[in-house]
Amino acid sequence: MILDGKCPTGPIEKSWDKHRFEMKLVNPANKRKYKILMVGTGLAGGAGAASLGELGYNVHAFCYQDSARRAHSIAAQGGINAAKNYPNDGDSIYRLFYDTIKGGDFRAREADVWRLSQVSNNIIDQCVAQGVPFARDYAGYLDNRSFGGAQVSRTFFARGQTGQQLLLGAYSALCRQVKAGTVTMHPRTEMLDLVVVDGVARGITVRNLTTGQIESHWGDAVVLATGGYVNVFYLSTNAMGCSVTAAWKAAKKGAYMANPCYTQIHPTCIPQHGEHQSKLTLMSESLRNDGRCWVPKKKEDCEKPASAIPEEDRDYYLERKYPSFGNLAPRDIASRAAKEQCDDNRGVGPGKRGVYLDFADSINRLGQSTIAARYGNLFEMYEKITDENGYKQPMRIYPAPHYAMGGLWVDYNCMSNVPGLFVLGEANFSVHGANRLGASALMQGLADGYFVIPYTIANYLVTVKPGQVKDDHPEFKKSVDDVNGQINKLLSINGKKTVSEMHRALGKIMWENVGMARSKQSLNQALKEIPALREEFWKNVKVTGTAGEFNQQVENAGRVADFLEFAEMLTRDALHREESCGGHFRVEHQYEDGEAKRDDENFCYVGAWEFKGVDKEPELHKEPLKFENIHLAVRSYK
Amino acid sequence: MNLTLYVWRQKGPKEMGKLEQYEAKNVSPDQSFLEMLDEVNEELIKTGKDPIAFDHDCREGICGMCSQVINGRPHGGQDRTTVCQLHMRTFKDGDSIYIEPWRAKAFPIVKDLVVDRSALDKIQNSGGYTSCHTGGVPDANSILVSKVAAEYAMDAAECIGCGACVAGCPNSCAMLFTGNKVAQLAALPQGLAEARARVKAMTEAAKECGFGNCSNHYECQASCPKGIDVKFIAKLNREYIKSLLP
Repeated sequence: MILDGKCPTGPIEKSWDKHRFEMKLVNPANKRKYKILMVGTGLAGGAGAASLGELGYNVHAFCYQDSARRAHSIAAQGGINAAKNYPNDGDSIYRLFYDTIKGGDFRAREADVWRLSQVSNNIIDQCVAQGVPFARDYAGYLDNRSFGGAQVSRTFFARGQTGQQLLLGAYSALCRQVKAGTVTMHPRTEMLDLVVVDGVARGITVRNLTTGQIESHWGDAVVLATGGYVNVFYLSTNAMGCSVTAAWKAAKKGAYMANPCYTQIHPTCIPQHGEHQSKLTLMSESLRNDGRCWVPKKKEDCEKPASAIPEEDRDYYLERKYPSFGNLAPRDIASRAAKEQCDDNRGVGPGKRGVYLDFADSINRLGQSTIAARYGNLFEMYEKITDENGYKQPMRIYPAPHYAMGGLWVDYNCMSNVPGLFVLGEANFSVHGANRLGASALMQGLADGYFVIPYTIANYLVTVKPGQVKDDHPEFKKSVDDVNGQINKLLSINGKKTVSEMHRALGKIMWENVGMARSKQSLNQALKEIPALREEFWKNVKVTGTAGEFNQQVENAGRVADFLEFAEMLTRDALHREESCGGHFRVEHQYEDGEAKRDDENFCYVGAWEFKGVDKEPELHKEPLKFENIHLAVRSYK
Repeated sequence: MNLTLYVWRQKGPKEMGKLEQYEAKNVSPDQSFLEMLDEVNEELIKTGKDPIAFDHDCREGICGMCSQVINGRPHGGQDRTTVCQLHMRTFKDGDSIYIEPWRAKAFPIVKDLVVDRSALDKIQNSGGYTSCHTGGVPDANSILVSKVAAEYAMDAAECIGCGACVAGCPNSCAMLFTGNKVAQLAALPQGLAEARARVKAMTEAAKECGFGNCSNHYECQASCPKGIDVKFIAKLNREYIKSLLP
């Protein structure tokens, strides 16, 4: 089937304004009659729930954490982009639009990206009004920094805690609506099923994580803002609770999963130090503004301390390969370049899986106090984890799974192919194409939440009668029975391997075969190993305790069970996409210098997969991508 | 290294709890404290025992989910460090480690080391915001904020809402938590219009939740994993008094 994103036509500059006018509105008096379920309270979900509540809708918001303020958006460090052009360095909405399309390696929809760029400016206004303490200059104006993939300074930041401050802003807006009574919060509650009645999303089934109780909620629309799925690699920069579960349950009820193979491996993470490790820690890529990446030129120098390697024996490989962007090359390119150096046996640190990020030059030029003011918390974090002082010796970094560009397929209105099911933020696929630029995730989350869903949801709601289907419908009971059935099954296996062991095994398969460099052979290998591991899981996993209590093993087992199904779809997508683009790198498709080789003739489309059953091949649907404003070109940062 | 753990185990909010002894073997100094507990739990699961329940999520010291009192100190007492960022290299082979939940009337125990901190949300809900409408705001640079005020607000805003300040305080006082938000918004022009109503509502909510009052022990500052200064409690008091004046 050919999918239609239902993008507005005509000049791109007017597309969002025109569309906003053409969409239908819900009468103010009728808004409170509509019940909206918001799953996830990060930047997209928190901002969305607050804004919808403010408009007068009856909103119920759900999160698995004990408070809405803890969603993983909080961990974003570096900043948020906007086309304000405050530094007068040539930025514009059009340039942000262009950079994002190009950064995404021409695999995103133009209209969606235009809208994102346009509302980026409103986001900064909104956050400032909420009291977000962005960095400022001595005159009291907002300060900017530069970031990967752009040649202008358009990134707004709050020390190294921008995500935290933006999330607390959204959370405060949410608190205001909780007090006003328009939003009801359901913390420590995890969505475990989507209820679909006659092809329309009508509610969700959740587990109360405190009591273990399974319950259903009906809604006139369901909005998923449940984040990304890179914990499929086990070790990633995501929080421990991040999972594909909500999105995957929706996929199993008919929502298409788009471009799942577009995963982002972030270049500046602290290298892995041992087998027992539970997660990898990211340090903001803003570090690359003042840090220079290098490895020894000679293999035999790798064991020596960095200070013993003279300047002429150092290979500043990003500056060498990409003279115009240098250390600010986009993430996918910087990550692959680091891997190349390590594959060439010139890596440093334990296992030689690491490259140096050196601040010596910047410290000499600006002084340690300036560097500390910019990145102090990152140096502190680095020292806590590695016991090394980044001011005195270069940091060691290595790429780690970080972000999912792929996600549930949505049209221009952020609605999935299942009517009534909307998807926001990282959980959808829409704006980052095959690679996301730094400081753009926060922008997308808040854009979707504050400025897109409040308009587009109305256009759908006017087509349904409020409360048309409620939780007395038999589908709700069936959904509760299914969820209880799966939990009881997990508890009854009583095998020999723990959930974490299973998850680690899956992560190993994915990282080795479906990680930074993929080949037909490695992908086929993964497609053999994943189903075997899934079979073992359902025969040999051990989950302790009971269903009707606070039980973290039950929570994790369900999440890993979903990863074991989803991993196969991700791998199939990577296998079918016979090209390299952005975060998806197929070794068969590269130029002689190792750069990614896109195939616009055959793959300039969104690949949206329809779930057909576990152990069955999913069906591929395509949405062709048209580039009417920006010409398809080889992406070069040289 | 090998360690002996004494961990608070409690089945549910109404059950009696007690410290139970566990052995943590072959612990690597590079492991984080929570990774050490993960391994203890793996052993418990394999022998069919109930693993230790503890809250955690981001494991990089920013979400504020992890919450354990280690050897009597919230988050283990290392300067500016959450439990998830505490590394085993700070312990010695043969050490005994006591692990307990946050203890406060306003934080009832859910299970083992997991507590219910919804009281902190209640304080926020009562007024920890500016009442701006989505979209109906001026251009960001039309509101000038001096660098000094912005930095002061950011110092307060660093709070991760973990509740260590309450756990460390002999009075279970949440004034550092409350003061952070009050001070952040009172320092900025955007928050001034509602400053009086905000400080009244938030202090009232804290009282209703069962948090105590400050008697200048400074344990909150010592416990805070972000090292937030007690000066924000002084600011809270000043703002409160200001709100009573005509």
